[in-house]
This record gives sequence, C-alpha cells and structure tokens, in this order.
Amino acid sequence: MMGERPSPPARFEPVADGDLRIAEVSFLTQVNLRLDPGDPAAGDIGRALGVPLPTEPGTYGSADVDVLWLGPDEWLIVGEPGRERDLETRLRTAAGTGHVAVTDVSAQRTTLLVAGPKARDLLAHGCALDLHPRVFGPGRCAQTMLARAQVLLVARDGDEFLVLVRPSFAGYLVAWLLDAAAEHLSGQPG
Amino acid sequence: MMLIPCPWCGPRDEAEFHYGGQAHVAYPADPAALSDAEWARYLFFRDNPKGPFAERWSHAAGCRRWFNVVRDTATNEIHAVYRAGGQRPVSP
Repeated sequence: MMGERPSPPARFEPVADGDLRIAEVSFLTQVNLRLDPGDPAAGDIGRALGVPLPTEPGTYGSADVDVLWLGPDEWLIVGEPGRERDLETRLRTAAGTGHVAVTDVSAQRTTLLVAGPKARDLLAHGCALDLHPRVFGPGRCAQTMLARAQVLLVARDGDEFLVLVRPSFAGYLVAWLLDAAAEHLSGQPG
Repeated sequence: MMLIPCPWCGPRDEAEFHYGGQAHVAYPADPAALSDAEWARYLFFRDNPKGPFAERWSHAAGCRRWFNVVRDTATNEIHAVYRAGGQRPVSP
C-alpha cells in the first residue's frame, strides 16, 4: 500500500528484559468518534463495533478493535495498522444520518508498549495517576501527563501498557523512558 | 499543587488544567444596545473576592471538558465542582 514509512521514534532500539519491555507499536489505526451517547446511533455503532461504547469515564471495551473513552461524547477506536478505511466505513454506515463525527486520526499519535512486572513502577516515575492494579487495572485508560508529555495510557492484561503519544513528543518520551528504566534493566549502566 | 476533581476523570494535578476565569458571566442579551462603558464592563470587569469564587476550568490534558469549580481564593480549598451550564451549588 505504501512504501517504507519511518515511524516517529525511528532510531529507538526496543528494550527487552525479564521484568521490562519497551517497544514501539507503530501505525495503529486510530479513529476519533464524537456523538451524544444518548443518540440512537450510539447503539448502532456499538453493534457495528461488536462492543458498546463505554460510558464510564476512563474505561475501554475490546472486540477486534479497542474502543477507548476520551470524554463524555468522544471515543478513540484503535485497531490494527492499515484498517483506517474499513473502520471509517463501518462507523459511517452504522452512524447513518445521525449527528456523528468520524475522523481518522491515525497519524496523530504513535504507540509505545511498556510491559512487564516493572512497567507500573517505570510509568509511576513520571505520572501522577495512581497506577495500582486495583485502580488502574486491565480495561482502564486515561489521558494524562507522563513526564510532562500528554499521553493516553491504556492498561491491558498481564502488566502491559500502551502509551499513545504525539509523534513530536515520541522521541523525547522514549529517551525519558529509557533513562527512567535504567534502574530496572540488568546489564545496563545505571 | 492543587488536586482538582474533574467531574469526569476524578482528581487530577492542577498542571493538567487550564484556567478560564470567573464562571456565570452571561453574554449580554442584546449586545448592540450596550454602551461602550457597559460593553467594557462585561468584557473586562470581574469579581475578585477573597474567599469562595465560582470559576471555570478546562481539563486540557484529559477529557478536554469545561466545568465549574467553587474555590476559596485564600486557601485554595475546593468547595464544589459541577458541570458547565449547571447552577452554582448553594454553599452551606
């Protein structure tokens, strides 16, 4: 479909240690969806996605895509790379003539994967949110600041976190993550 | 730093928010009928109490919603948080 595309933190070497993994998950499909959750189209869109639009703040639902709560009338649908057209069409068909905005924002953020038993500790170095699994366990997401960069944090099963960050901040955030991770990585100079 | 309870996202750091000034400043019903002095008063004149003050905040780094906060300007104590368009709660 497209030639070689450099991802934003292109020169970043993924880190994998027993307790910590940091990698980039590039070019995920992201579609922003805005509508009143009371609109009948909300139900149709939920059925088309295979999961109802989450209305509880800071949660997400999963089918073949993840549906993340961004605001009381705003969601982000995240899917595998290259599914922009398919997702947009699916959403627009389900929306019908409803008062709905569907916008492909795949280029707005890149995604970092921070995983492993030390992932929470690492993120907590730069994030004011309570990341304890009791509060921020699988199924939770939050827009917040990580090391002064605006991010969308997604908690997944097995101590896995997705950190969605603007491309222009990605290089900085990766550098910060690697620096903050030094103490958790064996064989790396602290 | 203040911990501001966003009505949607819960308590968050002050750094995630933008300040929006005094709340409940209604747009004039008939702006064309205002004199320059009245227009200037609407645009530029705001209360400056020492004590509880209803003001607007936007959760800029989170859900990006505007909402209202009653904050004590002397102590930074937050007395109430309510959604944009809501009535200011009667203080006890």
